[in-house]
Amino acid sequence: MRRRIVFAALGAAASASALAACGTDDKPAAAPSKDKGNGKLVIWADTKRTAVLKKYADQFGKDNGITVEVKEVAENLQTVFVTASQQGSGPDVVVGAHDWIGNLVQNGAIDPVQLSAEQKSTFAAAAVKAVTFNGQVYGAPYALENIALVRNTELAPTAPATLEDLVKAGQDLKKAGKVSEILLDQAGAQGDAYHIYPIYSSGGGSMFGLTSAGDPDPKNVTVNSPDSIAAFTKIKELGEKGSGALKTSIAAENVVATFTAKKAAFFITGAWNIADIKKAGIAYDITPVPAFAGGKPAQPFLGVQAFFVAAKGKSKALAQEFVANYVTNKEVALALYDADPRPPALLAAIDDAKAKDPDVAKWLDAGKDGLPMPVIPEMAAIWGPFGNAEVAVIKGGDPKTAADAAAKAINDAITKK
Amino acid sequence: MTTPSTSSVDSGGTQGAGSNGSPRPLPEQRRSRGRATTPAAPREITTGFLAGRVIALGLVAAIDLYAGPPLISGRHWAGVVILAAVSLVIAYVYLSKRHVPVKYLLPGTIFLIAFQVLPVLYTLTTAVTNFGDGHRGNKDEAIVAIQTSSLQQVANAPEYGLSPALDKSDHLVFLLVTTDAAGDRKVQVGTADGLKDLPGANVGLTGKVTEADGYTILNAGDAAGRAEEIGAFAVPTGQGAIKSSGLSRAVELKATKLYDAGCDCVTDVASGTKYTADESKGYFVGPNGDNLSQGWKVNVGLHNFARLVNDPAISGPFLGSFVWNIVFALSSVFFSFALGMICALALHSPRVRGTKLYRTLLILPYAMPSFAMLLVWRDMFNTDFGLINRVFGSHIDWLGQPMTARFALILVNMWLGFPYMFLVATGALQAIPRELTEASSIDGATAWQGFKRVTLPLLLVALSPLLISSFAYNFNNFNAVQFITKGGPFPPDNASSGATDLLITYTYRLAFGGSGAQFGFAAAISTIIFAIVATMSAIAFRRTRKLEEVYS
Repeated sequence: MRRRIVFAALGAAASASALAACGTDDKPAAAPSKDKGNGKLVIWADTKRTAVLKKYADQFGKDNGITVEVKEVAENLQTVFVTASQQGSGPDVVVGAHDWIGNLVQNGAIDPVQLSAEQKSTFAAAAVKAVTFNGQVYGAPYALENIALVRNTELAPTAPATLEDLVKAGQDLKKAGKVSEILLDQAGAQGDAYHIYPIYSSGGGSMFGLTSAGDPDPKNVTVNSPDSIAAFTKIKELGEKGSGALKTSIAAENVVATFTAKKAAFFITGAWNIADIKKAGIAYDITPVPAFAGGKPAQPFLGVQAFFVAAKGKSKALAQEFVANYVTNKEVALALYDADPRPPALLAAIDDAKAKDPDVAKWLDAGKDGLPMPVIPEMAAIWGPFGNAEVAVIKGGDPKTAADAAAKAINDAITKK
Repeated sequence: MTTPSTSSVDSGGTQGAGSNGSPRPLPEQRRSRGRATTPAAPREITTGFLAGRVIALGLVAAIDLYAGPPLISGRHWAGVVILAAVSLVIAYVYLSKRHVPVKYLLPGTIFLIAFQVLPVLYTLTTAVTNFGDGHRGNKDEAIVAIQTSSLQQVANAPEYGLSPALDKSDHLVFLLVTTDAAGDRKVQVGTADGLKDLPGANVGLTGKVTEADGYTILNAGDAAGRAEEIGAFAVPTGQGAIKSSGLSRAVELKATKLYDAGCDCVTDVASGTKYTADESKGYFVGPNGDNLSQGWKVNVGLHNFARLVNDPAISGPFLGSFVWNIVFALSSVFFSFALGMICALALHSPRVRGTKLYRTLLILPYAMPSFAMLLVWRDMFNTDFGLINRVFGSHIDWLGQPMTARFALILVNMWLGFPYMFLVATGALQAIPRELTEASSIDGATAWQGFKRVTLPLLLVALSPLLISSFAYNFNNFNAVQFITKGGPFPPDNASSGATDLLITYTYRLAFGGSGAQFGFAAAISTIIFAIVATMSAIAFRRTRKLEEVYS
């Protein structure tokens, strides 16, 4: 971390002093900002999306007689964007995940996007809800993502109706020596709140209470509410001292290999791992994560990829035009789908994508009850403490102690900021 | 009990640490060589001399040309002054024939200032602010952000098809088309004064004005060229203003939050709630303690340092982590040095054959990228899938229990560190004359005594500085902990500090994990860690000097 600060310091020193005169690239762009706008739109995106965006961005440039530059930011796009924005060297449009919104807004890095009611109705309702923060729409959504239960249909021909069925089927397969693991739901030594959430929510657990407007309320952390403790108890029963379906040894680095080696029949994961599963020639099916018998529905977190208008961009009107009126069309949505197969957010594009790939409908079905990932900046305080609590109960620790400790740590992080 | 005579140790010492003495005459030589360039005798200007000057000054000129214009156009006058001053100093020093020592000191000094002094100063100045997520910009930027993000579409207001145009006196106007429920279109012109009906305009198929008397409609290219002006243009209406949303659409917006400089507060128009600026926090704070999410950077004095002491959630684990941190750094250095030295001693024996092959094999861990190796080790420690449990047929949750996780970390760090120790120990051993140990054995010392009283002290004289720097490095060995345990395992009742947390990983989690980036707080802890490491290193170096005085 110290190194980071040193780099930050160097960056600042560089712009101020001559010795390390980097950052010159940005300065000429900054200079003409007093002029009448230079007819140039700069878009930042991650590696996967850059190439496909280029084609449509060029088209947009031609239509409007401007130049469009699509720049690839391979890592830490959100952080790089916030820092560059603050220095005045950021882009006009950035492509990212909707749960960045809270942080981008508190840093004054993005502007609201004024979508008409008609435009909003062309998107999946959950996608519009996800990009809405404090009653404002902050981005144009284009893709949805959520986790589901991926099943090896050779080992388990029928989809389990409940989590209990799943555990039973997994245990039977294990006893028969066909698999070594009942279920693959990555936890690791640090826990993984994102991947445990469907099971946690089915057990009745929640993270935040809701404000009167229906948004997550950071003042009301419910990780240790009686319902949540009951959910942790259910996780404990699935854990290492219970049925053994959840284990801390199952982690991001070994889940895919274990599933493709046919050492497990059930895998809770997202569309990003399907390519590997296909490559390994596994016969698979995608179904919603089952709920506990008599429990609440197993809600996965819903993530939305979106286009944002940078607040400190140099061509904001062009950026608004691009985001609100151009990328909301079907062709762009489909092209982005081809580049990275996550279900499109545009309703018109969903049907085309469904026709191309039957998995799309299955992912959407698994995510239809999903909870849009809370965009409030306080969500950042959840991951670490919640993961620790998850690990503690999976290992057989007392659910109440773990939940209380997590709630305390989360509240500390939120209030002592 | 025989001990080697002081004189022999003495000679060994100077040989063993031969490099200690030899560089000293160097500056003298340089200086005298430098003097030869002064006009005592008319100095011939060699090609090398000329090329050196041309390249050095050419580089400076290139940097000036590269950095100057952007600095000037960006109006960074301080930067321009520094650039000019530094360039002038460099040009003066290298073009004049005097100031020879400065010629050698200058590059190092410039790099020292740029890469050491400035970052430290920047870290210190950051430590007294609340710089971080939500507090990155200044107050004006926060106010702009609050007002912009509060713009909401006026309920039930129509959507407008927008054609930006110029009137007869070349002022920008909006030609706006609305379509009512019956499908009838109405054209209006929006100016800075307000909306006016515009009968007789042609509306195209796309629902935008294509032609209107007295107005020049901007085509797409022209509109894009004026994008900024169009974005800033507002047509006032009764409830708010019509603003463009892109270049082809306009919407009627009103601000739901307004800043008032008089009370230095932001008012929520709908509820009437006043959020007053709090300059100590860098937030607009409401009556019940809520704050608006957009804040600004303020000076918080020593608050970040005080948090370390006053906040039990931080100060408690800080002490525990500190103790483990010292244990980790010491044992990493000790074990890797011990193993490296034993290997070096073994291969130093003249009876061993194939030393080259052994040496190559032993250096292998050092040659492999440590990032990848750390991840491989992490996977080897996995309870169910890891190699270690499989080989030993055990079922130990290595990284899930405090003691085993600590043991695993030290083991991995020893494996990563011993090749380096082996290399330097091999080098130092070769500089210790064999006569010394032979002499001690003739005097009747056992091999162990010879090692303990002769070889080891001489080794330590040569290697102490390296051991100290290795300690300082391991004290902040972020990678090893972050890649293998991420600070875990965590006790169930404390989610902020794990059993293997070093101060640096603990700080990292505090500063960047919980509530987004808190650069100010992170800078404060960095300063403390810097002070701790600097103090310990200073003490250790002082002790080594005593060691050198005894043996040299």
